[in-house]
This record gives sequence, structure tokens and C-alpha cells, in this order.
Amino acid sequence: MDESRGRAMRFLKIDDIDQLAIGAAVLGSGGGGDPYLGRLMAKEAMIEKGDVRLIDVDEVPDEELVIPSAMMGAPAVMLEKLPNGNEPQAAFKAVESFFGKKAFATMSIEAGGINSCIPVYTAARLGLPLVDVDGMGRAFPEIPMVTFSLGGVKASPMVCCDEKGNKVILETINNAWIETLSRTVTVAMGLSSMIGLYVMDGKTLKKYGVRGTISLAIEIGRRILSANRQKESPVDSILELTKGYSLFEGKVTDVQRDLTTGFVRGNALFEGIDRYRGTGFRLDFQNENLVGLLDGKPCAMVPDLITVLDRETGSPITTEHLRYGQRVVIIGMPCAPIWRSEAGLKQVGPRYFKYDIDYEPIETLMERRRV
Amino acid sequence: MTYRLGIDVGGTNTDAVILDINDRVVSKSKRPTSEDVSSGIREAVEAVLDESAIDPHSIVHSMLGTTHATNAIVERRGLSKVGVIRLCAPSGLGIPPFLEWPKDIIPHLGRHFQLVKGGYEYNGVPISLPDRDEIRSALETLHEEQIQALAVSCVFSPVNNDHELLVREIAEEIFGKGFPVSLSSEIGSIGILERENATILNAAILKIASSAYGSFQNVLRAHGVTANLFITQNDGTLMSVDYARLYPVFTIASGPTNSLRGAAFLSGLTDAIVVDVGGTTTDVGILKNGFPRESSTAVEIGGVRTNFRMPDLISIGLGGGSLVYTDGEEVQVGPESVGYRITKDALVFGGKTRTATDIAVAAGMADLGDPGRIKDLERGLVDKASSRIREMVEVVIDRMKTTSEDMPVITVGGGSILLPDRLKGASEVIKPENLEVANAIGAAISQISGSIDGVFDVAAKGRDAVIAEVKEAALGEAIKAGADAQTVEIVDLEEIPLAYLPSNAVRFRVKAVGKLKKG
Repeated sequence: MDESRGRAMRFLKIDDIDQLAIGAAVLGSGGGGDPYLGRLMAKEAMIEKGDVRLIDVDEVPDEELVIPSAMMGAPAVMLEKLPNGNEPQAAFKAVESFFGKKAFATMSIEAGGINSCIPVYTAARLGLPLVDVDGMGRAFPEIPMVTFSLGGVKASPMVCCDEKGNKVILETINNAWIETLSRTVTVAMGLSSMIGLYVMDGKTLKKYGVRGTISLAIEIGRRILSANRQKESPVDSILELTKGYSLFEGKVTDVQRDLTTGFVRGNALFEGIDRYRGTGFRLDFQNENLVGLLDGKPCAMVPDLITVLDRETGSPITTEHLRYGQRVVIIGMPCAPIWRSEAGLKQVGPRYFKYDIDYEPIETLMERRRV
Repeated sequence: MTYRLGIDVGGTNTDAVILDINDRVVSKSKRPTSEDVSSGIREAVEAVLDESAIDPHSIVHSMLGTTHATNAIVERRGLSKVGVIRLCAPSGLGIPPFLEWPKDIIPHLGRHFQLVKGGYEYNGVPISLPDRDEIRSALETLHEEQIQALAVSCVFSPVNNDHELLVREIAEEIFGKGFPVSLSSEIGSIGILERENATILNAAILKIASSAYGSFQNVLRAHGVTANLFITQNDGTLMSVDYARLYPVFTIASGPTNSLRGAAFLSGLTDAIVVDVGGTTTDVGILKNGFPRESSTAVEIGGVRTNFRMPDLISIGLGGGSLVYTDGEEVQVGPESVGYRITKDALVFGGKTRTATDIAVAAGMADLGDPGRIKDLERGLVDKASSRIREMVEVVIDRMKTTSEDMPVITVGGGSILLPDRLKGASEVIKPENLEVANAIGAAISQISGSIDGVFDVAAKGRDAVIAEVKEAALGEAIKAGADAQTVEIVDLEEIPLAYLPSNAVRFRVKAVGKLKKG
């Protein structure tokens, strides 16, 4: 059966990459880091190999194999020792021989940072389609925090590849061992490796993937860049697209960060301007933004998305770039519905991040605020 | 008595000052910057020499701040064809040089590059060993492509530059002695693409910078100023002109640095916000311990991404020449400006354009030109425009601060007359004497530095002994470069452990700074 029949073929072009990177950062909820290298890699691969076909989840046959791709390592090293270009090929060959099956497509694990663009690079290099889906619909700080975990999909077998052509397949008893062993391998490879993990079939992907993340990110990015050209604010248009809410407008008055845990934990304080004059906002983060409090009351919380935008340009500001004096709009967006299940909240809800509060959806909190 | 001469070549004006041995301003001048730069320098220097009537031979140091190199890059003017050798294979082949460079600069540089074996892992272990024959043949290809300068980059060359040095040695055999070669390890830090970009830019401006510095030196000599010429660099310290000829890219942010350093000197403050108001724009920066706070993000020069650290500045379109117009009830100031035509076009100077300067005169904040020409300006308009100007500056001051505490604000530049004596967020507003030539003073008081950058084994000698050794070496370098031994001090010590290495290798980068030796 040709499931793509009747559907217009859609291709990602080089010009879509900047939009994807910006839009993914909006969905990244303050996390993900600088997408610079991922953007360059995707563009270079597309210059050489051409456009990338973007397919819907429903276009992946149930029994076909999808291999998500990403990069792992120390950011400073990744910016110094650049890839060879053949890593995706080596990585996919290794996984394919493990399963005795060819890969049908690749996809993203998360939105935000370098890894929003790496799958485009992999797709271009290998001539594979990219599935319009990811495993978070946002960014999260830990490998197991993917919707696939809810469906019992394991990170193992995982493949790590370096620029020299070395490849290692890890088959582990659980995700904690994947974390430990892949770190050791990556250190030995010179602190940077190309990885493939959470390999699954089309049937599982249809059930547990967060659909439409790539096209949503591109559309958000397109709206931001085009509003900038018109010297207009893209905020309302982003909220309309994501069914989000404007939570606050104000100025950063303090940022505190604690790096001792290996994550960037901390909080930022804001003072209201214009219609929020006289009110205060506090944003807690651990790599990503977790909880927003307006005058002490929670108004959005993880796993819903909270993103800080520059008030003038609408560009997303990641947690490491927050600093005193910035004029911002803080927006909140509903997370993928699957995260709101009991199992989802157990894995990524406020209590997992040590908050003594029960999750309440942003829609409910906003409704209460209106009353 | 001995003297120092400071010159700042800005976009609009060339300023010069002469300072005596006690750092007092003996004379100052401001002349329009000329197309060829040199004649503007000549006029400004003639003016300060005439006014002070000192013997030019009693000038023992001359310092020049110029954005000549920056302008060459931004305006795509006089750039050389550059060939790039990158030691990286098998890594790095996936991202070639010149990716994401602005399209309009490529035809000026060509797009000549060769990626060869070499480079290091983060811990100093070679990724692969360089192959002399491969390098030779890559260089021969670039030679056939008739490149005019060579840029060499290498993975982790800031940790070990042996592979880059090898390329320089072979390049000398192929291109001959004296052929311009820039090594990335001498230009930048970790982040190969940004470092390589900066190295390519440096190679591209070697020729134009060298000839410009040569002609500036000739202008000074023609006026009897035989003192060695120093060029100011991004960090507020000096390079000898011979050194600047090899590393012109280090001057690209020297303009704002000189302004901030000049403000620190004139006010006697080391921690403050500096508001530099020119004819068209206002730059707001921040002083920490007497030096500019540097930006944390990547800086683009002429659209090319580099990893230079530049003074963290916010620029807004407000200056003495900014147009003042009404938009319904609102009054807008700038960003359009009459720029250098201010002395002809502003109302107080007999022109027909309503500028921010006219508002300042009408508000009684400045005494300039003919106040009779603005007596028809409506009071309401003057008030609104004045508060608009104040608000524009106050918002930027607030954005620059890292805490909500009030800080002293120093205003410099000719447009300082626009600013009131009180500003929100300012504990005080200081308008120092000679504020209009702050940049030239910043150049004249620049210090000289020496630095050490290398990997040391701390296991063998112990960490304390190694730190003492590298500090001593950096101080020695500064003194060798001309610093007064009494004044040199360590201003920066960066310790970068190269993790996972059994030998306990640590990379130290140390900078010492001191005043120039007098006489």
C-alpha cells in the first residue's frame, strides 16, 4: 500500500534551516544550547546532497525501521573537532546490520539546540527522508525523558561513531547503563560522537512520537524572521500557532545559576512593565525552564513549555543567555498530550524535578487567572 | 620634559592629544577624517604640535588608534586573495572553510582551501600525523591559484601549534621568505571555525594594514615625531607597529576600547558605565577594574563570525546630529542624523534642520552657535524631545547593568551636551574635562602587555611552582616589549586542565600589563 498517495511531497530546503533552528529553540523551553554547528552541518550536507524529504508519521509503514540521530559530547570539543561527514553512514550501517534491516528514515529526539538540525544533516547525507516528529516536543535534560520510554522503547541498542570511522554498538540492560557506557565511549572518541538510539518501527513511532514538531518549528521560525523583516512583533502569531499564552512581560532583575550538579540549575526574577507593572515573575530552570510563578503563584509548569522571548525581536533566549536588564515576553505553551498521562507526569512532571506541587495544565491555570 | 602623542582615527573625526609626563593634557585637536586617512592625521597632528609649541623630538611615544583594518573588511576594500590550509583530516572534512560567509566578500578573497592530515584531540594526542608531501602538494596547488596570503588552521592548535609551525616552514620553501602567513594559534582560542575565520581575515588585511601603518609613520616622521609608533589593540594595550603589521585583526575593536579607557582615565573611576555620544550614534559600555567588560557572544566583523572578545556595547541611533521630528503627539529623535554636516545643517549653526543639538541649546543645556535662531522652538516640543533623549539613554544604561544598583555614569564624546546632569540608574553623572577627545586620550594612556600561552606539566614541578614560573615569564615579556618594570602586574591568568591526561598537563594563558617606560 502506498501510504503517501494523495499527499503533496514536501522538501526541506537550505533556507528552512535557519527557521528550523530558531523555531526549535522556541520549543526548546530555554534548553538545547547554541544550534550554530548543527545549522552549519545541515546546510553543508544540503549544498552537497540536495533537499531533504520531510514525511508525515503516517507515511512510515508499520514494520519499517526509523533511526533517530543526534550528536553527543562536550560542546567546546564539538566546536573544535568537526565531523568528517561519513559518520551517519557508518552509524546507520552498524544499526542496520544489528537488526538485519535497512533504515527507512531518520528523526529528531528533541527540539532545541544542535540536535534539532543534526537529523536533517543525517537525512541529507544518507538520502533518507526525515520524519516530521520527535520524542519530546520540546527539550529535556536527560536521555530517558522521551515519549518513547512511555511505550517501553529502550535507548539500547545505541551506536556511537567517530570521525575516524570507529563505531561501537552498545546493548545494555537498561537506560542508565546506556548513559554510563556511551559517556565512556564518547570520551575515548575524543569527547564527541555521532549517535543513533531509540531505534523503533513505524507502528511504535505512530503511537508514541510527538507529531509535527519539525514543521511546527519551521513555521514558528518563519514567523519570527518575517516579523523581524517587517519590524513587527511575532509573539501573537506564535501564540496563535502553538495555542499558547502570554504569561508575562517584563525586565530581568536577577539571575542565579548553580553549576555544581552538572546541570544549570537556577532561577530568574522579572519585574513587570506596561500592563504587568507592579507585578513580579519568577522562572525556575534546570537546563530547561521548569516552573513560572506570577506574584508567587504558579502560572505554568513542566512538562508544559515555558519560553522567554526578546520583547522586540521575539527571538528565544536560552537559560544560559538570560541576564539582567533584558526586556522579555514570557510565553507558555501546552505540551504534547502524551506527557499529561500519569506515566508521563511521573517521568517529567513537577514532582520529578522535586517540586512539591501537583501538575496543572496551563489551560486550567490561565482560566483561573482570568477569573 | 617629555611628552606622549595620542591619535584616534574615527569614522567622522580624527582627534589628537599631547600629554605631558604627568598625564596632563597639553593640547588637543579635532579634524575631519579624510578619505586617505593620512591627511586627516597630518592635520590633527599639525594642530596639536602648533598649539603646544613643543619640540616634536621631545615626544617619546606616539600611539594610534585606528579602525582602518575594520573598515577594509566591512567595505571589502584592498583585501588580498587568501589560501587556507586546515590540518584536520579525517575530522573536519564535513564542514569546509568559508561556509556561511557573506556572498559579497568571497570574490575578494577567492575560495581557496586545502584540508590535510594533522591536528590534535582535546588532550593533545594527534588525530593523525601531518604528511610533509601532502602539505607540500596542497601548498603548490594554492601557489598555482595565485594566492597573495596564507592562513593556516589546525584542530586544537591553541593546545599545541607544532603542526601549524610545520606548514609555515614548508610554505617558506614554496612561496619564499616574507610571504604573508597567518597561523590560527597566534590569532584566536578554542572554536576552530571562528578562529579560522579570524585568521583568514587577518591574512586578507595584512597588505593594506602594513602599507597604512607605514604611511602613518611617515606622516609623523615628516613632522619631526621620531618616537616609535604603537597601535592600540582590542584589549586596550599596545602593539609595536611592526607587530601590528603581522596581526592587524587585533585592532578591529580598538575604537570603543579607547573610548572606555579614556573615560576611565578622565574620571579617575575604574567601575562605571560609559556613555559615548557621537554625531549619529551613542555607544554605551561598562568599565570593570578600569577595562571594558567584554561580550560573551560571538562577534561578527563585516558579517564574518569570529570569536574575538570585544567590549560589550549597546549602540543606539542617538547623537548630536539626530533629527527631531513629531509623530502625532509623540516626539521622535533619530536614528536619522545629519552626521558630520551638523556644523552647517543644525538650526543654531544657521542651517534648516532641527537636530538634537538644537534641543540641547534651547533647553539651556549647552551654549553653542546662535541661540537666536531657535527662539521659535515650542517649549512643549523641547521638553518632550529632552525627555525622549533622556529615556533613550536611561533604557540602555539599565540594560547594560548587571544589578539593579545605581552606578556612576561617565559621559564622553562631543554629543555629551545632550545629556542631563541626572539620569535614572546613575548614582552620579560625570562629564569630565576633555571629554570630547576621550578616544585619543585612551590611546595615549594605553599600556603594554606581554603574554604566555602554553601547556605545562604540573605533576613534575607542582602547580604553585609552575604558576610562579609562567607569571614570571609573562612579566618578562611585558618588560621586553617596553613596559616599566615598576608598574607591570599580572592581569589575567587562565588555567585550563587538559582532562583525562595521565601527565597532568595544564594549559596556562597569562597576561601581564604595565605602563610604557618613560623616556
